[in-house]
Parts: sequence; C-alpha cells; structure tokens
Amino acid sequence: MNRIAKCFERLSKENKKALISYIVLGDPMKHITLPLMHALVKSGSNIIELGIPFSDPTAEGPVIQRAHERALENGSNLGEALSLVKKFRESDTITPIILMGYTNPIERMGYDKFIELATTSEVDGVLTVDLPPEEAVTFNDKLKSSNIENIFLLAPTSSQLRQEKVTKMAGGFVYYVSLNGVTGAGNLEIDSVQKHVGNIQSLTKLPVCVGFGIKDGVTARAVADISNGVVVGSAIVKKIAELAETKEIDPAVYVDAVSRIISDIRSALDK
Amino acid sequence: MENFSDDCETINFDQMPDENGHFGPYGGRFVSETLVYALDQLTSLYERLKDDPEFQAQIDYDLAHYVGRPSPLYFAERWTKNVGGAKIYLKREDLNHTGAHKINSAIGQALLAKYTGKKRVIAETGAGQHGVATATVAARLGLECHIFMGEEDIQRQSLNVYRMKLLGATVIPVSSGSRTLKDALNEALRDWVSNVDDTFYIIGTCCGPHPYPEIVRNFQSIMGREAREQSLAQTGNLPDALVACVGGGSNAIGLFHPFLKDQSVEMYGVEAGGFGVSTGKHAAPLNDGIPGVLHGNRTYLMEDENGQIIETHSISAGLDYPGVGPEHSWLKDLGRVNYVTVDDDEAMSAFYSLTQTEGIIPALETSHAIAYAEKLAASMGPDQMIIINLSGRGDKDILTVAEIDGISL
Ligand SMILES: Cc1ncc(COP(=O)(O)O)c(C=O)c1O
Repeated sequence: MNRIAKCFERLSKENKKALISYIVLGDPMKHITLPLMHALVKSGSNIIELGIPFSDPTAEGPVIQRAHERALENGSNLGEALSLVKKFRESDTITPIILMGYTNPIERMGYDKFIELATTSEVDGVLTVDLPPEEAVTFNDKLKSSNIENIFLLAPTSSQLRQEKVTKMAGGFVYYVSLNGVTGAGNLEIDSVQKHVGNIQSLTKLPVCVGFGIKDGVTARAVADISNGVVVGSAIVKKIAELAETKEIDPAVYVDAVSRIISDIRSALDK
Repeated sequence: MENFSDDCETINFDQMPDENGHFGPYGGRFVSETLVYALDQLTSLYERLKDDPEFQAQIDYDLAHYVGRPSPLYFAERWTKNVGGAKIYLKREDLNHTGAHKINSAIGQALLAKYTGKKRVIAETGAGQHGVATATVAARLGLECHIFMGEEDIQRQSLNVYRMKLLGATVIPVSSGSRTLKDALNEALRDWVSNVDDTFYIIGTCCGPHPYPEIVRNFQSIMGREAREQSLAQTGNLPDALVACVGGGSNAIGLFHPFLKDQSVEMYGVEAGGFGVSTGKHAAPLNDGIPGVLHGNRTYLMEDENGQIIETHSISAGLDYPGVGPEHSWLKDLGRVNYVTVDDDEAMSAFYSLTQTEGIIPALETSHAIAYAEKLAASMGPDQMIIINLSGRGDKDILTVAEIDGISL
C-alpha cells in the first residue's frame, strides 16, 4: 500500500484529521529545507507537500510567489528536490511526501526520468497544478504503474460532471480548493466548502482534503470538521519570509518558528 | 513552394485545432482546475456564436464602422524601387482605429463578453496596443477594465499607458519576474482565477489555453481574407510570400491562415532576434527554444535546462515574450511557415527606411517584419509580390526612438 493510503488509514483509526504542510524547496536557502521537513513532522504534520520552484507560478498568491523567487535565486530545482527526499527518507520512512509544482520542469526532465528518480527517492505523490485530467493521461498512466499517486484539484467551479471525471482519475486524496483564487487568499466560506466536499465524498472513497485560505487553528478546525484534512501553505511560508527578510541563516530559528505554527494547528485539530 | 510537404496537402487547416484545442502536439489546456469551468463556458459560447449570422453581422458592422475595415492593401512603390526586387505591398493595419491589428480581436472578444453578461474585462499587454484596444472597446461598451502591464513596459510604452488611463481603464503594474509581457499574463491569469464569476479575460494574442488561440486566430483572420481578395483584385494573382512579425503571433496567424492551403504562397514569421540569437538575449523561441508548457498551452518556449522560463530581450515590448502561439509551433514543425529572426539593429534601420521612403512610421514590432521583407524582396524577381502585415503604427514608439537618437522630447 502507498504511504498516503496508509497514513489516512492510521488517522482514521485514531479518529484524527490530516494536517498537510506545504513549503517550497530551497526557501529561503537550500540548507533550511531538510531540517524544516523533519520539524513539520515532529510538530504534527502528517503529510508534506514540497513545492518545486517555478519561474511562472500562476496559481500562487504573492506570498508563495516570492518563495518561488527566493528558491530560484539560489538555484533550487526539481533534481535537488528528488535527492532531498532521498535524504529525508534516511530518517523518516513513514511520512508521505508529495511534490507539488508545475508541468514544465517535469516535462523538461522527462516523465520517465522523473518517475525513475521519484521512485528511487520514494516520493509518494505528485500534484501538478496546471495538468488537468485531459492533459494528464500519459503522465497519469506512467505514475500509476510506478505506484506514485497523482493528486488532483477540484474547485468551487468544478461541475458535477467534472467532479466525476476528476475523482475517477485521482489518486491519494482529492485536494479541494476552498475558494476561487490564488494561494493565500482570504474569504473562506464554510457552508460552500461543506456542500462541495460532501458531494465529492459521495463520488469517491478517497479522502478529501481542503486547501487555500487556511491560516490558523480556528480556520483549520472549521474545515477539518467537514473534511478529511487540511492543507496549510501560505501561513508557513509567510513566517519563513519574515525570517528571510532578517537574513536569518540558522535552520534552528526557522524550525522553531514553523514548529510553533504547526503545533498550534495540530492542537486545534485534535481538541 | 517546392517543399510543400505531403502532410500539408492533406491537412484541412480550418479544422484545427481538434476538440481539445490541440494543434498536433501543441496547444491544449494546461490550467488550474478553477479555470476549466470558465474555459468550458467560453468554448460552448463561441461554438454557438461563431456561425451565428447575427453575431457575425454585429462584428462586421463594428469592423466596418468603428475600426475602419477593410484596411487598404497598399503598393509601396518607392520603397520597392529602392529595394530592387519583388513588389512589396503593405496590409495597412496601422490605419485601424487605435493603430494596430489588436483591435480586430478585442472587438470580437468584447462582444463575447457582452453575451456572457460579465461586467468586468481584464487584459495583459506588452506594447500597450492590446491594452489600448481593450480599454477602447470597454469604454464603448461601458465595461469596467483592468489592464496588467509589466513595470518595464510601462516605462518604455508610457504614451500607451496614458491612453489607457484616458479611456477609463485601470493599469496595474506588474513587478514580478522579468516585469514584461510574460509576467503581465501571469498576473491576468491570477486575477481571472480570483474573479472568474464576473470577469471576462480578453487575451491579446493567439496564446493561452484553448479556446483562446482559436478564437483570436479566427477574429484576426479578417486580415488574411481581405488581403487575399485585395491581392487578386489588384494584381490578378496571389502573393508569392507573406511576411509578419511574431510576438505571440496574432498578426502573423491572422494574415497567414486564409492562405495556408495556397501551396504557392510562402510564409515568413519574423521573431525578435534582440541582441542576436547567438547571444541568447532575444525573444525567438521558434528559432532557439524547445517545446514546453506555459500560460495554458504547449508550445516552443525559451527556458533553461531545469524548465524555468528565461528572460527575453527585444527592443520592442510587443515581441518580448518567451513563448509563441501553439499553432505557430505546429506550422513550424510541419514546415509550412518559415520562422526567421531580425535583431534590434536591423529592425531600427528598417524603421527609418520605411518612414523615410513611404511616409509610414511603423511600430517597432512591425519593423522586424519590414527588415526581413527588405532582404527577402531583394532576393526575388520584379514579377513577384510580397505582402507584409503592417501590424501597427509607430506613434507609441516615438519616445524610445528619440532616446536611441539621443534626443529628449
Ligand atoms: C503593432 C504590433 N505588432 C505586433 C505585435 C505582436 O503581437 P502578435 O505577435 O500577437 O501580433 C504587437 C504586440 O503588442 C503590436 O503592438
């Protein structure tokens, strides 16, 4: 069984919700990422989404855009993400890792080479923001045969037909985007989220997790109550940006600050 | 064309793209999920309207009475004599209302927006010509209008920025990435995702996700249809060659498309060579790029070995873009169209050359087509004929040119 499925099975036995944390590879410096990944787990994250920096991250709001820019400035790239996951696995063989990014860096590496390296590094899932099912057929088949889950997004604008189509192809869990907007946007509407998540859950056995607009314990809890888990991104990245701003280079400082955010959300979820 | 390939003979160019927006391996719809719904809506609206006589009649009326079509096909006699070769004709898109071909597509898309009932339009712009065209049609239809423009372009096209403001549009400076057209497009996409319920995106070129490349091509093809008729009426023949500059490629595809099936007509798309293709500082993805995915479609791109899009350079803001419309990528691979480059200096000297021999001041984008056509014409015989898409006038570039000449206005 894939680590993602195992993770959700464990959580459901413990009657807990998934906390999925997003950081960008190499943000703000290369040596920060690995300690941060371990810290995310230690402070209560169940799954890590590792953002692959891209020059044109069209789905991101300003906070995560800047993170991509910081990472690109120090030359972080997809190849390094794959070796980093391998290093992570030396001391953590349980936590699922999902690479989240855009199509072009993966196409440039080549689907086959990417999957080969992702398999060696024990990457568990891939989320390609700009690769909807229609364009994902080839990639999806290749991922499936390598037991790597292809995570898809659904949005408030997704029609019933669309939800059926996407859930049929989806692996791991379904990522429901809580609002029409980019990452880091505000206005979460719980009623609307509840309606959509409920509908998606009726179409698939996969867990449905909600991202975009989850800032803190309160919003996380509200969303977790009506879904299988939450994705937190901009709230973490914003803290990293603040420290980067002060030219901080000590990983321990980043670990400390981010751990506090995650612990808060974890305890709100477990209350 | 001697090497008109077998493929080209059997292709029905009017049937492209396929239903998923693919031109062979190019095009398609690489967008985040939120936009799929809006693109589906647009696709079905356009499918319903494109053969609707009433819709077409409205477009025809606007093109005739508001834009001033048909634009003349003008024989540049003095310049032809100077160059000494093929007869050179200019398709005068510079004479359109607002001064470039961009209005042809802005009119059509704004009419689509009207049918959707959305009250707000957004657009990206590089040279500002598409921004001005969009602001113009928005003013006419009473729509709220936001234009995204890179900070660097705001500086070098300041006259157009002011025009947009006069027309009631809000110009939003984009400070991310290379601060040019590519980044303006990113920001427009982000805005659209955030306001998809009440906002219509009027895209400036034949790029973006399906159905935009097809819609823009079809609206712009009025240029090629007119040029074909005008050529036959004025000379009794089809042209031997067509030349157009290629940024995203809308003025080129609009001129080329109605001629694609005419095997005797050669076509040249002119990309921006910037400081020279060998320097890497240019905007010529079809000459020096590889296929990849950006801005919702698969096409030739300028990128590094990690798949990151790299910064481009061109003296002309409207060509300063690392991608190109997917249909051009397909036409390149088919060998139906030749894609060539002209560098900054060559474009500048063509700018002076046309201005001084014909009394027509071209846009710096257009000057790239002029420079190539000059070389091409010289290599052809006097019984042959070239049509250049004179895509826009140079008023917007006067400050840039003056600065190059060391004059402050
Ligand atoms: C006059 C003119 N020509 C050409 C272009 C390039 O665009 P395209 O390649 O879509 O025709 C522009 C773009 O701003 C323009 O203003």
